[in-house]
Amino acid sequence: MCDLSEASGLVSLVHTQGVGVCFGTRRILRDVGISIREKEIVTIVGPNGSGKTTLLRVLIGAQAPTEGVVVRTPGVHIGYVPQRLSIDRAMPLTVSRWLRLCGAAPAAEQEHMAERVGISGLLGEQMAALSGGEFQRALLAQALLARPALLVLDEPTQGLDQPAVASFYRLIETVREEMGCAVLMVSHDLHVVMRSSNHVICLNGHVCCEGTPTVVSAAPEYQALFGFGTEGALALYRHEHDHRHDHADKRDTHAG
Amino acid sequence: MLDDFLVRAGLAGIGLALAAGPLGCFVIWRRMAYFGDATAHAAILGVALSLTFSLSIYVGVLATALLAAFAVLALSGRIYAMDTLLGVAAHGALALGLVAVSLLSGVRVDLMAYLFGDILAVSRIDLALVWTGSLAVLLLLRLRWRALLLVTLNTDLAAARGYDARREQMILTAAMAVLVAVAIKIVGALLITAILIIPAAAARALSRTPESMAVTAALTGICAVIGGLAVSFQWDTPTGPTMVVVAVALFALSSLVPAVSRGR
Repeated sequence: MCDLSEASGLVSLVHTQGVGVCFGTRRILRDVGISIREKEIVTIVGPNGSGKTTLLRVLIGAQAPTEGVVVRTPGVHIGYVPQRLSIDRAMPLTVSRWLRLCGAAPAAEQEHMAERVGISGLLGEQMAALSGGEFQRALLAQALLARPALLVLDEPTQGLDQPAVASFYRLIETVREEMGCAVLMVSHDLHVVMRSSNHVICLNGHVCCEGTPTVVSAAPEYQALFGFGTEGALALYRHEHDHRHDHADKRDTHAG
Repeated sequence: MLDDFLVRAGLAGIGLALAAGPLGCFVIWRRMAYFGDATAHAAILGVALSLTFSLSIYVGVLATALLAAFAVLALSGRIYAMDTLLGVAAHGALALGLVAVSLLSGVRVDLMAYLFGDILAVSRIDLALVWTGSLAVLLLLRLRWRALLLVTLNTDLAAARGYDARREQMILTAAMAVLVAVAIKIVGALLITAILIIPAAAARALSRTPESMAVTAALTGICAVIGGLAVSFQWDTPTGPTMVVVAVALFALSSLVPAVSRGR
């Protein structure tokens, strides 16, 4: 492993040791040991089927690991923005009711948050009537209202167009600075990841490599997964499925 | 006042509608309509078992409804989809119940009474049980409301807040079994799903939030009960089905309401 991000001196919010997850006979994750420290922006990258969403689900407590331990520091609130949230048309839900779902935040705080993420004019609308970008902002606002120490986002910009993606990441950056929470996200937007993360974890069933963006993008494991050019999403389609690491075991072919 | 059978029927129906409205909303939101059917059909088996072992109908029905529901819950998500298992459980339990009833020698069972219910034959004890069951279901929903809503919206989101999806699902299942048990004498196994779904469906078009939908569903159910009683008294029609007809009429009316709150 090329973990070069030690000695940051910050308190760990959640960490895992030797975490493995199997669904039936399929092994999704093995021997994952990662740590999210306070105020950090950590991004998980990896090909489809590499276990990114499963790892997030383990960290938030939605999936029990088959082996290994997950330690969440007591009292740490986790705000979660899921990859996909389909609100059934059968459930009437206004944006303002949605924001109140997380707890008894005062009305003024909700309005402030709605304004902060740019949906203040939509509080009376139905969630089902929002556009993709507005919907993601509403999800983010709801997660933030719980005053999380850790904000977890699973491919939050999926289905958004380029300008919307850019403004959504800018929004995440600014609210993070204001609220001082750590951010953990899964992302396919490699150029954004490389610009704004403190720490990148490259996942492919196990942690291939991790460290600062510069370190990771120079790492042979990362380059094997994503190709040599890290400019933009095209790199995603160039990765080799049968990559081998010198330290990985020989059965390590494509994980999914 | 309780000496009048019409008053008892009305009160029993209102008690049932109060809990069926909000519970029916979850049935609609979670697409559990078939689940209600399965539990209700299992109730017929419960009736047969209660008569065989001379138990209270309520006990037998509650037990089989719970058993069927939890069996389906436990098996779901493996090889079979939920609706397949529900199909097996619902029709299996109903058929088994009918066969078991036919084998009961010496006991003349009026099966129609349990398939369609007889709200006009409600006794004071039935009335007390209906209200107890209904209020228990309402209390349960009230206490777990936020968790149930979150789990219904997204299980991972609920997990991040520390709620266990499986546990909340069990709470809903138990509530459903209780409602079926107290409803079987009143509306019968075949019409239980109707009192769960139709008022909630009618309420959807008129509501902007989950809470207002739950309250509107309960009120719609109460209107259907009172309206159904009045109509059936006037024209001498079977009471349970008449209530359902009135509920359907209310649903049809509600769908004429301009789509102010239905999203795009």
